[in-house]
Amino acid sequence: MLKTFRIGGIHPEENKLTAQCPVTEAAIPRQVALTLNQHIGAPANCIVKKGDTVKVGTLVAEAGGFVSANIHSPVSGIVSKIDKTANAFGIYTQTIVIDTDGDEWEESIDRSTELNDKIALSTDEIIQRIAQCGIVGLGGATFPTHVKLTPPKEFTPTVLIINATECEPYLTDDHALMLESPEQILIGCRILMKAIGVEQAYIGIENNKKDAIALLAEKASKYPGIEIVALRTRYPQGGEKQLIDAILHKQVANGALPVSTGAIVQNVGTAFAVYEAVQKNKPLIDRIVTVTGDGVTRPGNYRVRLGMPIGELIEIAGGLPAEVSKIILGGPMMGKAVSNLEAPIPKGCSGILMLNERHAHRGPISPCIRCGQCVSVCPMGLEPYLLAKLSENHLFEKAEKESITACLECGCCAYSCPSNRPILDYIRIGKSAVNQIIRSRKQS
Amino acid sequence: MELTVSPAPHIHGKRTVSQCMYNVVLALLPAFAVSLYFFGIGALIVTLSSILSCVIIEYLIQKYLLKEKPTIGDGSAILTGFLLGLNLPSNLPIWIVVVGAIAAIGIAKMSFGGLGNNLFNPALVGRVFLLISFPTYMTQWPLPGTSRWNYTDAETGATLLSKLKEEGYQWIDQVSMTDLWIGNQGGSLGEVGAIALLLGFAFLLYRRIISWHIPVSVLATVFLFSFALNLGGGESLQDSHIWQSAFDFALIQLLSGGLLLGAIYMATDYVTSPMTSKGMVIYGIGIGILTVVIRQWGGYPEGVSFAILIMNAFTPLINNYIKPKRFGRK
Repeated sequence: MLKTFRIGGIHPEENKLTAQCPVTEAAIPRQVALTLNQHIGAPANCIVKKGDTVKVGTLVAEAGGFVSANIHSPVSGIVSKIDKTANAFGIYTQTIVIDTDGDEWEESIDRSTELNDKIALSTDEIIQRIAQCGIVGLGGATFPTHVKLTPPKEFTPTVLIINATECEPYLTDDHALMLESPEQILIGCRILMKAIGVEQAYIGIENNKKDAIALLAEKASKYPGIEIVALRTRYPQGGEKQLIDAILHKQVANGALPVSTGAIVQNVGTAFAVYEAVQKNKPLIDRIVTVTGDGVTRPGNYRVRLGMPIGELIEIAGGLPAEVSKIILGGPMMGKAVSNLEAPIPKGCSGILMLNERHAHRGPISPCIRCGQCVSVCPMGLEPYLLAKLSENHLFEKAEKESITACLECGCCAYSCPSNRPILDYIRIGKSAVNQIIRSRKQS
Repeated sequence: MELTVSPAPHIHGKRTVSQCMYNVVLALLPAFAVSLYFFGIGALIVTLSSILSCVIIEYLIQKYLLKEKPTIGDGSAILTGFLLGLNLPSNLPIWIVVVGAIAAIGIAKMSFGGLGNNLFNPALVGRVFLLISFPTYMTQWPLPGTSRWNYTDAETGATLLSKLKEEGYQWIDQVSMTDLWIGNQGGSLGEVGAIALLLGFAFLLYRRIISWHIPVSVLATVFLFSFALNLGGGESLQDSHIWQSAFDFALIQLLSGGLLLGAIYMATDYVTSPMTSKGMVIYGIGIGILTVVIRQWGGYPEGVSFAILIMNAFTPLINNYIKPKRFGRK
């Protein structure tokens, strides 16, 4: 029996169209745009001005607080504009625009492809380097990695979990990365283990990636303390709480930090970025992005310089399909629909998914038939139909009692609803109202 | 180019409301075939007129009374009509079937606000309405296998359960279990064939339209409760015959009357049953206990319909107090 989490979950059609596509280098973009709030936490502070010359890896914006991240230039060239521009979702945010000129890298970056498995830095130096290099969680949450590696004093981490589940349909960037750079990932994992002072690490991979499981298991014998765990394919296994439950059989208490179980979870892409930062002194300037969907002519897993316009990457993948109707950053379950193709690719972008007219729209809504599907698939053990109804009727106090704030927004409820009801939309409204109530209660 | 923007999730499972309904209709076809075999033309006339009148009544109410877009295509009225038909004797005159359909769709479903809002199972309300209003028509059951081409003038007799109730249990040994399994017994037209009904149950489980919780807890409760009752009434527990007869008695309770039809197809109605698996088990046990209590001590020989309707009334209460196991809580 393969391990998996214990409550709820669904198994949507996997549609991993690009599973067999090796990582392809995308051409260097002519221009990049770097939004200053592409991570969770305080926006970064711009430290360059218009007209400055930058190289690949030059720091252009400094972390704006402890929970924040540095931003580096992914290209060499000249800063042409610092202004508010619309991001992928149409929201105006402070952005640094750099016009590319050649491809000159900072000398401090080791560009050799040689594997370096000697971890020379101390624990503190590792965390410092990770912070300097602007590493954030690459699974999509973009939480600054150095913050996650320094948990509050009262918690002692006992185990590291690497999230390589890639439970979202369509996405294959982590899969491609594991097949391309297994040893780098394992060394990155050893570095993270050293950073948090643990001797045990698990790499959780869903069983629909058997080749990656076999490859990493083979290479892992050289690296003590790392165990590869095959997991039953089930969404949302990549949720931090679900993954800890699946691997350690422990449930994070409501409202507690995941580290209270002793586990620190990092994405597999983050482990790779940590390897590059610590062993090669390379800041986070590129990542793998899966470009996929209905009618895409050259779908694949592209290594992309961050800040490349979304439209340019779509061109590389064969251009916009004629019938495209919706474009999503991330996976189909939790990704966000894009309105602006000129906007840049941010650090947290794991995929670009294009859906045609038929798949882009929701079906007609009919009345709730109280079938209980949403209750049985909810991975947090909530009652989505009830939370949606309470939110719809503005009964927020009641919704709070029914634990609406525990909702992950994974979308299993809305996915499974035979009546096509917008359950999660209502829950989101209720959740933000309840959070506001909780905040104002704390203030008074 | 226009891009569609909407919040996640951007994909949807394949299941739809009408698919759920039609799957239940499919699951009922074996039982319907059994009733056609044993009751002949009457079964066909009663079932078809029930389905047609339910659909037409829903259409008329939605179109002319509520002035909204009719949704008869969702299959729920067809299913209600089918279930109502299966719950009636095969010699029932059409006009009484129509009255039942009006009670089911008009009173139990549409006056509560239509699909999803009704408190009680519409088909059962229809059946119970007829049982109370037309007791003579609703307690004369055509004999199986005789005169398949006779409709309202079919030869009738009592059901096994009413015989048990009136004449006592002396002749339990003479009951043919095979007849109960295949459906060679008197009763409402869809309830007789145990194997066919269980076949449909397996299909519904396989298609994941329903879960095991409600049917299994109803059937297990009825079986164990009846078994214990019969055992308690016996003389000496040392006698192996006592155990055997208690087992036979409990099995007869399981296979006769409307229990299988009710437990598998009526009690599991989404709208009127609890949302959580724990709640479903409580609800099922409640139906089981009430069924046995009515059969043993009540005024009617059969109590499944009443038991389900009574537990329907408890469903909101169960939903209110029985919560799923929340993640990360003891």
